[in-house]
Amino acid sequence: MSHTLTSKVFVVHDNIDTDQIIPAQYLTLVPTISEEYEKLGSYALIGLPDDKYPVDLVEPGRTKTDYQIVIAGRNFGCGSSREHAPIALGAAGVQAVVAESFARIFFRNCVATGELYPYDSNERLCDIVKTGDEATLDFDHDTLTVNGQTYPLKPLGEVRPVIDAGGIFNYARKSGMIPAQS
Amino acid sequence: MTLTEKILARASGKAHVAPGDNVWVNVDILMTHDVCGPGTIGVFKREFGKTAKVWDKSKVVIIPDHYIFTADSMSNRNVDILRDFVNEQELPYFYDVIDDPNGHWHFDASRGQLKKQYGSHFTGVCHTTLPWKGHTRPGEILFGTDSHTCMAGAFNQFATGIGNTDAGFILGTGKLLIKVPETMRFYLEGEMSPGVMAKDVILHVIGDIGFDGATYRAMQWEGLGVHTMSMDDRMTIANMAIEAGGKNGIFPYDEKTGDYVRDRVRENGTKSEFEPVEVDAEQSFIYDKTFDLSKLEPTVAMHPDPGNRELAKNLGDVKLDRAYIGSCTGGKTSDFLAFAEVIRGKSVKIDTFGVPATTKVVAELKETQWDGKSVWDILEGAGVRMTENASCAACLGGPVDTFGRMNTPMNCISATNRNFPGRMGHKESRVFLASPYTVAASALTGHITDPREFVS
Repeated sequence: MSHTLTSKVFVVHDNIDTDQIIPAQYLTLVPTISEEYEKLGSYALIGLPDDKYPVDLVEPGRTKTDYQIVIAGRNFGCGSSREHAPIALGAAGVQAVVAESFARIFFRNCVATGELYPYDSNERLCDIVKTGDEATLDFDHDTLTVNGQTYPLKPLGEVRPVIDAGGIFNYARKSGMIPAQS
Repeated sequence: MTLTEKILARASGKAHVAPGDNVWVNVDILMTHDVCGPGTIGVFKREFGKTAKVWDKSKVVIIPDHYIFTADSMSNRNVDILRDFVNEQELPYFYDVIDDPNGHWHFDASRGQLKKQYGSHFTGVCHTTLPWKGHTRPGEILFGTDSHTCMAGAFNQFATGIGNTDAGFILGTGKLLIKVPETMRFYLEGEMSPGVMAKDVILHVIGDIGFDGATYRAMQWEGLGVHTMSMDDRMTIANMAIEAGGKNGIFPYDEKTGDYVRDRVRENGTKSEFEPVEVDAEQSFIYDKTFDLSKLEPTVAMHPDPGNRELAKNLGDVKLDRAYIGSCTGGKTSDFLAFAEVIRGKSVKIDTFGVPATTKVVAELKETQWDGKSVWDILEGAGVRMTENASCAACLGGPVDTFGRMNTPMNCISATNRNFPGRMGHKESRVFLASPYTVAASALTGHITDPREFVS
């Protein structure tokens, strides 16, 4: 992928749990079946309360989003271990979530699947940035630039190459931990 | 080392591990269910090939429990995907809904939600099934594709939830790379007062440390207060480690643990050897706090997160539309008995749903007699809508025809474990988490009620 990403951002606040990312009724979709993977994308973040979040991440009738970067507060992805959550966001075309903090299993599922870059921010960006603002994420320098300000992000460290490789299996094959696929 | 560190060291073949170390551990049991199993199987086949075999048949446990009693055709299909895989791999531990190994699961909605629609192998909720069927053992490593897998920490083992990709990796290799967490110690002294339950202990603690207060950490429970608790109590507490963001919850080993596990592995013919981990004299904790159980009062986690704590006695003005008892955390026999203690001889004032965690809980509630009446009949007689179809049901919402699901905005008090917006169905509904006692007392009055008014 390119080393910078410029996109409109979608902003959410604290404790966006996996039910808000992909409500339980859609877990009947199996992510490894390609039509069902696409469909998961169309439902990404559909569980957000309408009064707080009048804008949809994915417009009704579409499977892809115009917002490739999600900005969040504390504890993004808390709750269930459902891998459908990072997959729904990834399937919708989200490439990175920049949050004040992440829940553990969600973070790990982002890495294992390679669907998303889960960046921790130093600032509480969800109070500074608004949905629809245009931002540039610089993967080489670990920064997010939005509204003329550049904010440093915490480097992803040892998980970065796993996401770059496209997930744990590709990474494990590249590094010889498991044999290459015949 | 702490209990978690000792287990991870042993499982990775090391003499010593420290928080932050990344270690490859050998997995003792991998559990999956109908919601994440099909995707896990998909990952396994995509990555290891269509003819690949799982690393060890005796270590894979498959429990359909989430979306079972629904007419949703995709949900019914997902149970069939599990069965096909079990047949192909000849897996011995599959707790199928139907008895015919070549059949298809189809829920018949015309027969209603209350009467049982399952065969002789079906068990119910995975986390409650695992110990019952002899798959939890002290000192072991258990991974499950479900965040409440941490419940098995009650049995002095390392247990945590993972995603489909990690589970697919385990199916092929029997190993997983994990980071050793820092440990927080919760030292419990004294005994709980009448009207207070293990659920109040964990809701109190999560309120104390916050909804993300244990993120990436192990929650280790120690002290005399722990040893006075039943295994069911310990399971309730370990189950909710994830609600504070914890990686796992873990209890020390004692005679109660040993007796419980030995009885069940014998009954089921599962692996009988195990090696507990004992508490070391020297341990380092990132957090260490003592709690006096005798000071705790009935506690509620208010909408919208499990850390939003308030005492039940201060919430009398919260009007309720519904009460719910069930789930891994709150649907055990002991939970229903406590609930029934409050309900007996009275009538519920609001819609009240009871979903036993397992088919064994159903049987025990029908067998247990109080004054010549079964507990089951006592609850039904009080107006509680009891279903024999043990499952996760409305704890996590599920398909729209799920028993007890909230399909319109309403207030519900629930003995379950999670209350983020939309958790039990409609995204504008509000869920208040509480103990079975508090849920029962509130069902009788129609508003949040301190159960000590009813429990002597």
